[in-house]
Amino acid sequence: MTFPVLSIIVFTPIVVGMLLLLFPAERKSEIRVAALAAAAICLGLSLFVYFSYNTAAGGYQFVEKFDWVPDFGISYHMGVDGISLPLVLLTGIVIFTGVLISWGMDDRPREFFAFLFILATGVFGTFVSLDLFQLFFFYEIAVFPMFLLIAIWGWQQTREYAAMKLTLYLFIGSVIALVGALAMYFTIGRQTGVYTFDMLKMSELQQSGALNLNITINSPFTGAVWINQPFEIVWFPFVFLGFAVLAGIWPFHNWSPDGHVAAPTAVSMFHAGVLMKLGAFAALRVGIMLLPEGAKFWMPAFVFLTVVNVVYGAFIAMVQKDFKYVIGFSSVSHMGLVSMGFATLNRVGYIGATLQMFSHGVMTALFFAVVGMVYDRAHTRNIPDLGGFVKKMPWAAVAFIIGGFVSMGMPGFSGFIAELPIFLGLWQAREIAPYYVVIAVLSATAIVVTACYVLRVVQNVFFGEFDEHKYHDGIADVTVLDKTAIVVLCSVLILLGVFPALMYPLVSSGVDSIMRLLGVA
Amino acid sequence: MTITPFEAAHLLALLPEILLVVLAGLVMGLDLVWPESRRRSLGLVAAIGLFLIAGVTLIFGRPGETQLIFGGMIRDDFAAFIFRIVFLFAGAITCLLSLDVEGVGRKGEYYTILIASVLGMNLMGAAADLIMLYLAIETTSITLYLLAGYLREDDRSAESGLKYFLFGALTSTVMLYGLSLLYGFTGQTGYYAIAEKLASGAVPSLPIIIALILIAVGFGFKVAAVPFHFWTPDVYEGAPTPITAFISVASKTAGFAVLMRFFLAIFPPAVTPSWNAMIMAMAAVTMTLGNALAIPQKNIKRLLAYSSIAHAGYVLVGFVAFSQRGAAAAIFYLITYVLTNLAAFTVVIVFAKAAGSEQIYDYAGLSRRSPGLALALLVAFLSLGGMPPLAGFFAKFYVFAAAVQSDLIWLAVVGVLNAIVGLYYYLVVLKVVYVYRSENDDKPIAVPRPYSFVLGLMVVGILVLGTASAPWFTWAMSAAKNLF
Repeated sequence: MTFPVLSIIVFTPIVVGMLLLLFPAERKSEIRVAALAAAAICLGLSLFVYFSYNTAAGGYQFVEKFDWVPDFGISYHMGVDGISLPLVLLTGIVIFTGVLISWGMDDRPREFFAFLFILATGVFGTFVSLDLFQLFFFYEIAVFPMFLLIAIWGWQQTREYAAMKLTLYLFIGSVIALVGALAMYFTIGRQTGVYTFDMLKMSELQQSGALNLNITINSPFTGAVWINQPFEIVWFPFVFLGFAVLAGIWPFHNWSPDGHVAAPTAVSMFHAGVLMKLGAFAALRVGIMLLPEGAKFWMPAFVFLTVVNVVYGAFIAMVQKDFKYVIGFSSVSHMGLVSMGFATLNRVGYIGATLQMFSHGVMTALFFAVVGMVYDRAHTRNIPDLGGFVKKMPWAAVAFIIGGFVSMGMPGFSGFIAELPIFLGLWQAREIAPYYVVIAVLSATAIVVTACYVLRVVQNVFFGEFDEHKYHDGIADVTVLDKTAIVVLCSVLILLGVFPALMYPLVSSGVDSIMRLLGVA
Repeated sequence: MTITPFEAAHLLALLPEILLVVLAGLVMGLDLVWPESRRRSLGLVAAIGLFLIAGVTLIFGRPGETQLIFGGMIRDDFAAFIFRIVFLFAGAITCLLSLDVEGVGRKGEYYTILIASVLGMNLMGAAADLIMLYLAIETTSITLYLLAGYLREDDRSAESGLKYFLFGALTSTVMLYGLSLLYGFTGQTGYYAIAEKLASGAVPSLPIIIALILIAVGFGFKVAAVPFHFWTPDVYEGAPTPITAFISVASKTAGFAVLMRFFLAIFPPAVTPSWNAMIMAMAAVTMTLGNALAIPQKNIKRLLAYSSIAHAGYVLVGFVAFSQRGAAAAIFYLITYVLTNLAAFTVVIVFAKAAGSEQIYDYAGLSRRSPGLALALLVAFLSLGGMPPLAGFFAKFYVFAAAVQSDLIWLAVVGVLNAIVGLYYYLVVLKVVYVYRSENDDKPIAVPRPYSFVLGLMVVGILVLGTASAPWFTWAMSAAKNLF
């Protein structure tokens, strides 16, 4: 029995969260310290796993497996590969910095951290799941604490609306995907006699042709054939889009900016930084990897949805007056690049998409952290009302500018090494369909728009005249803990930009296995 | 399976029921002997007694070989055993919940009637003969009518008792008519004898279908399935809350126990395939209507009443899959429902005692007044809504998986969509509890000892069933095997 490091990463947050609930509510500082300790353990262990993963060997490592519900072929099965590992690390980084940022939170911090940690367990659990049922199990755990976190601690004006909208959107998406997953499970079971939720086994059976059958639906009245299509082609859109709702894919992205804006700072960081990756990751793991034939059929069509995400998201971001909505829509735009990377169906594109998931997660967490710092002090997020903050909060201003560079894809920052491969992938994908070239050109315009809205925010919020009379409390500089969080996030962005080799080979090894499934060598 | 002639050993199979009679006598006797000041302990005696009987049943009452005893009246098998444990457990918890409730907590005869009701349910779970079936159902029903209307001074309780009685009596006569038709056409009263007769094809099918529908009316009333659900909200709202809890969990489970045993024994799907369509429609409508009507509710007991209708629909989905796995899923669902709903009602009782209200908007600020109570409600409601890592998630998963396995994909889809609607109104209540504030925020609510014990037990139970659910499902599976 090896050391179950993944289980410890997954369950530390929820266990600590439960223990926090047993603390007396008024001992707030002990609660914060305990929360930070738990987050530090998660970050430390994720770093350990990240650096001790054997890239040369590839495949799934740190695997833990035992039976959970044998009657249904459900197992407790965990492991990481080159795709999930960066995301585990990302979650560790965001939970750690999120706790730092929320130090000043004074309204029931005990419940806040408890719910945040339940969410963290759900997210970690989804990333390391190798069992389909287990993946759903953790996925749902990640969805519901969001409701409480936004509804209780969120922005007064929209929190109830946003929380309910978000929860229902995500829940509907996930149950639609669940029905698809059950269909896979029973179809594979009937074809081969092996009823299993183990994704590795399912993938193996899929490769040996267990899902090669047609689904025929006849009209109940005339008996005419309505649908007669291969299984994978029928079910792929349900599974993929069901999960992609959480990745904010157009036209199901609507919950996301509202949710980002209504959420308290740490939750926005978690939400945009990690939770949206959860959707993209599950869409990849369950949709594309278990139904590769469906992916080949549908992705060239879905690429049009993603281009809407990228371009439309960027334009909407440009006209927002609310500082936080700008970031919210920029997330929609950047997550579109991830799905677009998936749609290239080639190696370079997938590497870019995976790197983008990590890079965007860190970047957007940084953005939301800075927005939170500004809002906490100015009590407004209306861009025209702000100005000159660089004088009062130089750290926050520098951090935002670094985030902006990442967002624009400047060389030397992680955004560049993530976005460049996606565009290369799009260019290569012209072998699949010539219109990919047009897509590449269209989405390249989004980069210009991104530069516009980032610079506009930088100019209006951080530079310009600072007007003392606007803010009665006066504006203080950020705290030491805030600075720590900012430094951690910025250094990750720069390190990855300067030394892509820290992540590139790892991701590349993970992408190889997907390419094998897609039949692209 | 043959009917074994009477042996003294068969009394062992009825041991829990015999002990229940003894316990009822004991409580009644103590009620006479004890002075007013000590009568709060009556509930404790009843609760501990029921827990002990459950323990005795677990240890000595494990059925060996499945057999029909007492001239075929009773079937001694694993399914009956599991249902017994559930009823005894629910009864014991109900006694604990009644302790501090005004007007019922100190009444010996209240607990006596409750114990008699548990006795009736135990027999419902084991009945294998039309006569036994009817006797058991009436034992349960009549005692429940009394309990629902127990607060004579309270108009709503009196209304509740009367309404329950009128609806119950009507559906019961209809069912009795169906039973008599069945007997008239087959000449048998034992389930298995009837099944043999029907399988031989000597009986015309039309009267059997009619009998079937009439009997379904009675069962539908017990489980509160649409269209026999009209009594539910009023009865739930008016009855003393512990009794509401008891009706919603134990009586519903008992209803499903007889429904599954009766229909799976007498009418296997092969005999009457059209039967499927009817129950399927019933399941879909029950889920949808229950959930839809729960949304506008302002009173938490009425909300739980409509939600209990919806949950009857989910259980029906498991049943209508007509497979061992489906039946097992239904049984597992009922077990989780017992735990979850009892937890929810415990919160309702404690809150009503402290704040004097059952209106949902009065729950505002509960999370500040009593974080523990709010957390228990959160766990219970999210479990009802089917969120992991709570019991309700596995329950729903098993039920829908059974439906998909039996090629009822559309029913699974209807169920899944209903789960979303359900989640919506549970979240609305949780929003009131956690987000809204009230002027009473600074008045903490104390949870009395027995209630905090019950809440702790239920929450742990919900978490255990929601994570390590495999052994429990295996349990339900072995019970389901007995039903076929």
